[in-house]
Amino acid sequence: MRQNTLIEKITADQLRSDIPDFRAGDTIRVYARIVEGSRERIQLFEGVVIKRHGFGISATYTVRKISNGVGVERTFPLHSPRVDKIEVVRHGRVRRAKLYYLRALHGKAARIQERRV
Amino acid sequence: MTKGILGKKVGMTQVFTEAGELVPVTVVDVTPNVVLQVKSLESDGYDAVQLGFDDKREVLSNKPEQGHVAKAKATPKRFISEIRDAQLGEDIKVGDEVKADLFAAGEAVDVTGTTKGHGYQGNIHKDGQRRGPMSHGSRYHRRPGSLGAIINRVFKGKPLPGRMGGNTVTMQNLKIVRVDTDNNVLLIKGNVPGANKSYVTVQNSVKANTKKNLSKQKNKA
Repeated sequence: MRQNTLIEKITADQLRSDIPDFRAGDTIRVYARIVEGSRERIQLFEGVVIKRHGFGISATYTVRKISNGVGVERTFPLHSPRVDKIEVVRHGRVRRAKLYYLRALHGKAARIQERRV
Repeated sequence: MTKGILGKKVGMTQVFTEAGELVPVTVVDVTPNVVLQVKSLESDGYDAVQLGFDDKREVLSNKPEQGHVAKAKATPKRFISEIRDAQLGEDIKVGDEVKADLFAAGEAVDVTGTTKGHGYQGNIHKDGQRRGPMSHGSRYHRRPGSLGAIINRVFKGKPLPGRMGGNTVTMQNLKIVRVDTDNNVLLIKGNVPGANKSYVTVQNSVKANTKKNLSKQKNKA
């Protein structure tokens, strides 16, 4: 998809080039920068990507993990400067672009087959 | 005194602030405006600067238009508008250019444009009324309601179906997020009236610098 060329030009310098290739079904580790007052620390968020959304500077991805038995989802802007780096832990083979069905599943049923690359 | 510039709404996008926050912005193209006429109290009865924006072909203009822009050594313009009591820099004269750097990031502005036309619409879409029950034989689905007291006329302002949109609307107190002088664009936080490619006027905010608002900002800081 293409945006207006002028808009592309304006946002070009804020796009990140260090983003690994990942898609829905992959397990990733997000190193999020958290600012507490003047201190800054890095928080890990590891889970399954359940969707990629949008394009250009507005693109986002949502990561889902089970924390203490409770499903937690976090949506990050793809080009956010508040994310230190993204690591792809595992590629998964899925037949949907949006994995909303995972919300209804838990345990063994929520496993995703590995995709060899 | 007002600062003002004419532009064209390009569309909306998002940009990151220094703190890493994603803010929604409207991109307004303000390719250098040309001063076509300077009006003064003595000769015209009021002070104003007439600006022209967006070139058009010679064949699309008539002779009076061509004569008017010739004084500024410019090409015919699609969008010509006046800024009352304008303060566009020192000693402005016909033929000068007004650029995006007139404004700075963080400044508050008012943006005037023509809203999207929606055509003939009913009360529910146009005035935000609620609909009646759709079943149980109500026979009152999307009607305008009571027309009021029986005095052989309808009160002025009674919401009734009609044309919606296409109004001139000013959005007040919008913040400029970034001024891009290379691309000649202003990035304004939030939305501005009108469709993409429609013309807008950006002026400095009327309300942001009132006593009340300044004291409010001081209290916040």
